[in-house]
Amino acid sequence: MLQTFVQNILNALQWGSFYSLIALGYTLVYGVLLLINFAHGDVVMVGAYIAFFIASLLLGHYSFFPHALPGGVALVLTIILTMILTAAVGVSLERIAYRPLRRKGAHRLYVVITALMCGLILENGNLALLGASRKKFPEMVDKVVYNLGPISVTNLKIAVILAALLVFILLQFIVTRTKIGMAMRAISYDKFAVPLMGIPIDTVIVFTFILGSSMAGLAGILFALSYPILDPYMGLSIGWKAFIAAVVGGIGDIRGAFAGGFILGFVEIMVVAFFPSSYRDLFSFTILLLILTIRPTGLFGVPKTTKI
Amino acid sequence: MKKIFSAFLFLLLTLALAVPGLAKSKIIRIGFNIPLTGEIPKVGESSKYAAEMLKADINGKGGLQVGSEKYLLEFIYEDNESKAESAVAVAQKLIDRNKVLAIIGPNSSKQAVPAGEIADMNQTPMISPWSTNPDTTKDRPWVFRAAFLDPFQGPVAVDFAMEQFKAHKAAVLYALANDYSKGLAEIFKNDWEKKNGKGSVVAFESYGDKDQDFSAQLTTIIAAKPDFIFLPNNYNEVALIVKQAHDLGWKGPFMGSDAWGSAELMTLCGKDCIGQYFSTHYAAAGATGATKEFIDRYQAKYGYVPDDVAALTWDATRLVLQAIQDAGKLTGNVRKDRKAIRDAMANIKSFAGITGNMKFDDQGDPIKCAVVVRINDKGEFVFTKSVCP
Repeated sequence: MLQTFVQNILNALQWGSFYSLIALGYTLVYGVLLLINFAHGDVVMVGAYIAFFIASLLLGHYSFFPHALPGGVALVLTIILTMILTAAVGVSLERIAYRPLRRKGAHRLYVVITALMCGLILENGNLALLGASRKKFPEMVDKVVYNLGPISVTNLKIAVILAALLVFILLQFIVTRTKIGMAMRAISYDKFAVPLMGIPIDTVIVFTFILGSSMAGLAGILFALSYPILDPYMGLSIGWKAFIAAVVGGIGDIRGAFAGGFILGFVEIMVVAFFPSSYRDLFSFTILLLILTIRPTGLFGVPKTTKI
Repeated sequence: MKKIFSAFLFLLLTLALAVPGLAKSKIIRIGFNIPLTGEIPKVGESSKYAAEMLKADINGKGGLQVGSEKYLLEFIYEDNESKAESAVAVAQKLIDRNKVLAIIGPNSSKQAVPAGEIADMNQTPMISPWSTNPDTTKDRPWVFRAAFLDPFQGPVAVDFAMEQFKAHKAAVLYALANDYSKGLAEIFKNDWEKKNGKGSVVAFESYGDKDQDFSAQLTTIIAAKPDFIFLPNNYNEVALIVKQAHDLGWKGPFMGSDAWGSAELMTLCGKDCIGQYFSTHYAAAGATGATKEFIDRYQAKYGYVPDDVAALTWDATRLVLQAIQDAGKLTGNVRKDRKAIRDAMANIKSFAGITGNMKFDDQGDPIKCAVVVRINDKGEFVFTKSVCP
């Protein structure tokens, strides 16, 4: 029983890491723009596909570049390139879809709807371009299963958990300890006064999207490595659930997103472990609802009063 | 001037209406309700390719001989996105708008059960190539199928696992929102406990739609120490489940069902699936006669070995064409022709298909053999055992 429990803690840590990584992207953008970027789950999907093409290229699966790199080098290059390209996708979304609306002073509601539509465009664009058949993500590193008695861990599982932790520490550092982080917080506080102080608001927003989307790219690669079957709708359900995780943690707060992701991961895994698995979503979302009833602003959120 | 213009327009309109009307009498229109996108796109593709091959054969010979006339075939492929609600909409559209004489598909029971209701209500013959859930055809005189049923497939899996793995304890992981998976899992559980005593299914776990992480369910299953794991799931989920079970240290065997048998299983699952067994409709490796001819032609044309869906679609479509020929003549009145085709279909007592010989019972279900195949080192599905009712 204890072994099963420990094994499930490891499972929950891995699953929660994905929620955390994605929830961090939601919370960053929300924290700065008060915009719920519903396309974020689909940006993760795009990241996974970008990683798929880069990995296939570097491993010599395409005939026009027949030089196969060793797995480790290919992996590092794939991670870097995917993060850059996914960041570019996120920034383009901001430039094409969100910035014009912001300039025109549109209400936040319309921007959120635009974000939903961007997500649908990414999904269906992928479906139209690449077809409905699934892609199998190549195995880039040899899988090692460590057996500690009856408990099994793979090297990948450990890497995923470490990555989530590192990303959290990095983002927390950037937002609370650097100048640009201070600018981000300032925009969130009052976006009309901030430009008057000489802070380039657009640059800060672009930087926020670069941060959020490159983390989505990282989540995409790690997800594709752990669950190596890609399809255009893969980001949909995990994206929404990660959004819920961000809200439970207190949206807009980095610590909240990190904690919320792990809470959702733990709740989902533990409900399956101790109750019949058919009740999973019923139980886990009831628990989240209870948390929100007790703390409507989420675990780390602070109540805000809106003027006017 | 205005008068002449409107008269001209009227003339054009009558012509436009009359011309397709003239052409229509020489065409047989059959609808395909298949998943070209969504969860199981390869299934839809296999169906479409097999149907295209059959159509090219018949139209190449000038059409289908019905009575004294020859009719060209027109197949309409509609995508049901492997969703139950879209399958219903597609069935409705094929019946009302396209005025098809018969519908082939849907393939998966998840879509075939609700779409069968529509076909039956609208009195249009429908035949599902791949659906194995009993509810698809139950008490629906207009609905038929070309596959065997889960109440037959479940015990096949039970008997095979008891003999092959010398198993006494089984574990099951199934998809809660999938009629096929849930139905087969329950049939399997009942039959296993009947033969091995109560409590011999040591874990009976489920997961939801679009789930990608099964680690909690698999941890529970592995902790219960079964002799093997039964997975009545679609091939795309199988690939993830088998891999994650190995990550969690599972070294025992898996037993699968016919939903494994897609041509795409091995590209997605890779070496993790090698050595596993599943029950299915036909074994491509080592086939003979008409089956071999079909496999060779399909492979030459599309570049991969046809899976069971392709073979079953071929059989299902040929059954419909057979029924149309048996009906003797087509009147051009869609309602009457549909009725004649249904009656002719219900009268087919036995049929030699490439997935084996079939006899039909009064529910419109075939009585045919199942095979169990093993996935060999090359990723081919090799015949291991044949079980006949």
